[in-house]
Amino acid sequence: MPRSRFTGLIVIAVVLAVLPFLLPNNFYLDLAIRMLINACIVLGLNLLIGFAGQISLGHAGFVGIGAYATAVLTTHYGWSPLAAMLAGALGAGVLAALVARPIFKLKGHYLAMATLGLGNIISIIVRNEAALTGGPDGMPVPALALFSFELSGEKQWYWVVSGILLLSLWASLNLINSPFGRALRALHGSEVASQVVGVDVAKYKLAIFVLSAVFASLMGSVTAHYVGFVTPNVADFFHSIELVTMVVIGGMASIYGSVIGAVLLTALPQALAGFEGWETVAFGAILMFCMIFMPKGLVPTLAAKFGRR
Amino acid sequence: MNGEWLPQFLQFLFSGITVGAAYALAALGFTLIYNASNVINFAQGEFIMLGGMLTVFFLQAGLPMPLAVLLAIFIPALVGILIEKLAIEPAKNAEVTTLIIITIGAALVIRGVVQIFLGKGTHSFPAFSGSEPIAIAGATLLPQSLWVLGVAALVVAALGWFFSRTLMGKAILATSYNRLAAQLVGINTSRVLFISYALSGALGAIGGILLTPLTLTSYDVGIMLGLKGFVAAVVGGLGSGLGAVVGGLLVGIIEAMGAGYISSAYKDAIPFVMILIILFFMPRGLFGGKVTDRV
Repeated sequence: MPRSRFTGLIVIAVVLAVLPFLLPNNFYLDLAIRMLINACIVLGLNLLIGFAGQISLGHAGFVGIGAYATAVLTTHYGWSPLAAMLAGALGAGVLAALVARPIFKLKGHYLAMATLGLGNIISIIVRNEAALTGGPDGMPVPALALFSFELSGEKQWYWVVSGILLLSLWASLNLINSPFGRALRALHGSEVASQVVGVDVAKYKLAIFVLSAVFASLMGSVTAHYVGFVTPNVADFFHSIELVTMVVIGGMASIYGSVIGAVLLTALPQALAGFEGWETVAFGAILMFCMIFMPKGLVPTLAAKFGRR
Repeated sequence: MNGEWLPQFLQFLFSGITVGAAYALAALGFTLIYNASNVINFAQGEFIMLGGMLTVFFLQAGLPMPLAVLLAIFIPALVGILIEKLAIEPAKNAEVTTLIIITIGAALVIRGVVQIFLGKGTHSFPAFSGSEPIAIAGATLLPQSLWVLGVAALVVAALGWFFSRTLMGKAILATSYNRLAAQLVGINTSRVLFISYALSGALGAIGGILLTPLTLTSYDVGIMLGLKGFVAAVVGGLGSGLGAVVGGLLVGIIEAMGAGYISSAYKDAIPFVMILIILFFMPRGLFGGKVTDRV
């Protein structure tokens, strides 16, 4: 019997359903929620980096747009959370669409430079417009309320975020097995060859970039509401690097790898908290170690080892 | 007519050229490593930081200035070699993204170690020949700026000589054009890698040491300085030595002008806006070759 491509999805759904009953306290639940949020962002980024083969070193900029759209519009202008979230997503999408054409003419290190520059500009704006954003100190964000229902407590958040992740996993799995997904993979293989067989390369790059930017922005809004506070760190270079590292450690072009990468890298700082001062060194050393010995990422490496396709 | 514009313009120009010279050294470091191994070394900024921080440390330990400076150049060169031997060579055939993450990992390790042993404080040391400003046409120039410019010019000239007149320099150039062909004609490409990383570490450190009396240093200055060095290298077109020098000066001057005339709060954003505009119109920088695609 052929293995359904949704088997992994079902496994994850079961794990997510059982997990809250196994976790000893809210500290772990909080960690789980942050893992799931990161997994969603990384999933979108992996579509861009892993499947379409376009590197982005500025993706945290889009997360920042969402987070600050939510914070600023709800606090200073009295918008409803949903409207603010959608405005942020729209802003991120429009920005991505505007820069996509000139940016994706670039390749390799030049593309890395351009996306890095874009992300840094967003992060510097957020840091400087203190009247609106609170500057380097950040600003508080009201709770997420839809109509008269207000989301509160780790339990409720856990179920909502789990739902979002499962939905995005399902959507991504369908996407990469659609003509759109096949076009993306063709693009990664050889741009010229895919052009020859009729793939509109520029259009597909634009579409996937906008999609992953909108997704990052939406999850930025969700993070802002969940944490109840935003700081410019959400948009900075280091966060962009963390996101790319999650993609690569989990495995490029691996849907489930995105989840694994996000889970591991979100947990790592917690696991290293006992090292007192050596966290940064350990974090850096682990990154190097993983990339040297598993350049293809965890999931593809293990899958190859145990003969699974 | 306002007669004040010239001194002010000169003032911005002086400070721009001074930091620009340090960016140029960093950009040359990026270029060397890129040419030798096709890697963008995101730990380049940490070499700059190491130069400044190590000099501070050795001076505090009581060493005389020349010895402190020599050690502060030698150790980052050694760190460069270590990165190449321990991290880049074992992962030789990895993808661009993977290699970028490896060098970022190395940057984190270096920054973390410095933070543990030298602390989080901001440091400086006295300028090499006093801090009595020199007046030029109504603007002032610090003697340290002359040191920065002089040493940078000397280094660039020495590199120029190295690459055009010595066997090793030519071997490095040959390897950057085509590694396999270089190997076939008997060039020891692993020695080329070794020297490129050492030189790159030393170049960054020199920039960091020269700049510290003007701009202060701390364990985390490497991030921004490194990114701007990367911008400078890309402005000139990756892989071009001349491009790196021109790119460095250009980034420094435009940043200083932008900070002076437009907004000092957005000083750090200016190089990134600049690189986006340049790349939109010239996808390979000012001195880069035409884009060709090998199918």
